[in-house]
Amino acid sequence: MKLSLTKVVNGCRLGKIKNLGKAGDRTMDIPSCLLYTKTGSAPHLTHQTLHTIHGLPAMAQLTLSSLAEHHEALAEYKEGIGKFIGMPELLLYCSLHDPVSPCPAGYVTNKSVSVWGLGGRVEMTASKFMAIQQALQPDWFQCLSDGEVNCEEATSIKRARKSVDRSLLFLDNCLRLQEESEVLRRSAIIGVIEGGDVMEERLRSARETAKRPVGGFLLDGFQGNPATQETRLHLLSSVTAELPEDKPRLICGVSRPDEVLECIERGVDLFESFFPYQVTERGCALTFSFDYQPNPEETLLQQNGIQEEIKYVDQTKKIKTTSCNQEMTSFEINLKEKKYQEDFDPLVRGCSCYCCKNHTRAYIHHLLVTNELLAGVLLMMHNFEHYFGFFHSIREALKSDRLAQLKELIRRQAS
Amino acid sequence: SWVRLCEECSRSRARAGELRLPPGPGATPVFMPVGTQATMKGITAEQLDALGCRICLGNTYHLGLRPGPELIQKAHGLHGFMNWPHNLLTDSGGFQMVSLVSLSEVTEEGVRFRSPYDGDETLLSPEKSVEIQNALGSDIIMQLDDVVSSTVTGPRVEEAMYRSIRWLDRCIAAHQRPDKQNLFAIIQGGLDADLRTTCLEEMTKRDVPGFAIGGLSGGESKGQFWRMVALSTSRLPKDKPRYLMGVGYATDLVVCVALGCDMFDCVFPTRTARFGSALVPTGNLQLKKKQYEKDFRPIDNDCACPTCQKHSRAFLHALLHSDNTAALHHLTVHNIAYQLQLMSAVRASIVEKRFPDFVRDFMGTMYGDPTLCPTWATEALASVGITLS
Repeated sequence: MKLSLTKVVNGCRLGKIKNLGKAGDRTMDIPSCLLYTKTGSAPHLTHQTLHTIHGLPAMAQLTLSSLAEHHEALAEYKEGIGKFIGMPELLLYCSLHDPVSPCPAGYVTNKSVSVWGLGGRVEMTASKFMAIQQALQPDWFQCLSDGEVNCEEATSIKRARKSVDRSLLFLDNCLRLQEESEVLRRSAIIGVIEGGDVMEERLRSARETAKRPVGGFLLDGFQGNPATQETRLHLLSSVTAELPEDKPRLICGVSRPDEVLECIERGVDLFESFFPYQVTERGCALTFSFDYQPNPEETLLQQNGIQEEIKYVDQTKKIKTTSCNQEMTSFEINLKEKKYQEDFDPLVRGCSCYCCKNHTRAYIHHLLVTNELLAGVLLMMHNFEHYFGFFHSIREALKSDRLAQLKELIRRQAS
Repeated sequence: SWVRLCEECSRSRARAGELRLPPGPGATPVFMPVGTQATMKGITAEQLDALGCRICLGNTYHLGLRPGPELIQKAHGLHGFMNWPHNLLTDSGGFQMVSLVSLSEVTEEGVRFRSPYDGDETLLSPEKSVEIQNALGSDIIMQLDDVVSSTVTGPRVEEAMYRSIRWLDRCIAAHQRPDKQNLFAIIQGGLDADLRTTCLEEMTKRDVPGFAIGGLSGGESKGQFWRMVALSTSRLPKDKPRYLMGVGYATDLVVCVALGCDMFDCVFPTRTARFGSALVPTGNLQLKKKQYEKDFRPIDNDCACPTCQKHSRAFLHALLHSDNTAALHHLTVHNIAYQLQLMSAVRASIVEKRFPDFVRDFMGTMYGDPTLCPTWATEALASVGITLS
């Protein structure tokens, strides 16, 4: 694979990754997001409903936590996870964990890492891990790594150092095992940058990992509570500065639109798309605008609209907190609210998704109130399409040097 | 007349025809999937259309409570609300009397329900039921009938039968849109041949566009079941469609087509899908079971549905053991496809004058040996001139 940068603006990288896939003929834009999946399928969506979504990413994220327990069947299948899940047309990246599920601590040793599936814990040494990857045959996979330091509140320097040491050891072991397997050589290993909140360790992790023949880098442990966000963003800039320009930088656990932009400004290329899934699960629809260059009249109208939406959000924040909607952001609307009962508008006017072209807010409200499965299907279709549209607008903004406008627009809508 | 009979099987009572309804035509015999609350559970209108479905069901009792007829009317009827471009049939709410019996009380006035959602009491009268269905705008609407479980015996059955006739007349009188919506009568009478015959005689005197055979498909024995179906079809006019309510198992569908029924509905195929069961010509596959873990074949090699085109039993097995609802949707799509493909094949065999052979093939696949076919089915088929061996 080959990453070529079209331009770099204020730390933001715009470009393409070429020669991807088993036949080496696929291309991926950056910055971009990966399609979030659970057990190899987009949440709620079959192949049919998935492919009505416009702007689908070129690459999907699989999670080892959901697939490890099926590795025997996959090994017998022989033809790889892409064909098994019915997504041979997508590039595949296999991460260790599911970004949505919490990470139980205390299970990483010097020799093994555990992932948590629905069937329980799967413990993996480097050789078991590589055997599983051999059965999966993804295009890229996150290397076995010690990310537990990130689950804890405060990292001691000792623990941060250990996470780096262990991860490098796992990486070297896995690279060695990869060399011994023709099948595994067709996948690219993504090296994982660890080190907790300790700058020295982060830099060491970056420099050392960059020395290895990895296909790209995963920036682990930069998600977390807003209190320590500024420190983490500073760490992030320092880390990406140490990484080679011509390899992709992925980040895990960051998916909110405002946080995505912050990370792009600090040299990150690829993101997970679990945020639209979380929005779906709470019965909400993404409505935030990413139209950074409307005509001036529209801007005024939209500003007023957003102003009102934000005012309403502030007023009802208290109510939302007590009704357990604390995690809801101001990027979305809650379709369960009574005010949508007779609202015959689409979720977002002008949205080209299947849901907005065919259904109304009133219908979605009804489906949610009656606990119908179709609510999740339609909301997922809309939320994915809206989110992928956002990433498209990021690339367009970078192309035309308008990222500052987009950033300001998003900032205004963030709660 | 808006049902056109294309072909009649010269042996049995099977017929092929076409419903001509405002949204568009629909072939019969037909299986109608059930979309109780203005949605087919988990699948989009586009998916349902792509499977070839041209008529499905909504339920007056549920929709009458949530979201209510006024809202649906504002949304341009049930078609507009759920964005379904083809035909819709609504049940009157009568069946809920049986299924939600602890919450209901029947009088001559109507059925008094206590809402399970807010405890409020509602009276569903024949007039109210038709009023709601008029607002819903479904193409075929059902009379409110006094439904008694088929396992009930004694005077209650007779009372319910006569009341259903009176309620039919009240529904006809209350119906505001006979030019756009077709009101069907529902034959009651339980498992009593005399009562059912009386009901048939009376209801067929009324000028309704179609007849449903009700009060069956409960806990009765299959032997009683088919005899009541056969009795009903023998006394229903040939030039109007016969809708057998609540019938959905493949064998039952095939036998009842032979007995002269045209339309069917049942929650079974879609409900069993959500429990991980896939319908196949030999019965069903419980895909959650370990034996499918490494079975890389599709559910059915001959099935043209999207699930079978793209996915293996092994993948569905894995997905069913996850918390991704997509697993349920894959099976719902397949099971609906199975039912619709079955009816399509039945219809083709009638039109091509080889329905008895089709029945023999079907039973052979399903049961292996003709002698292993359930006795009731063998008897029912024999009664209309189809022998299995």
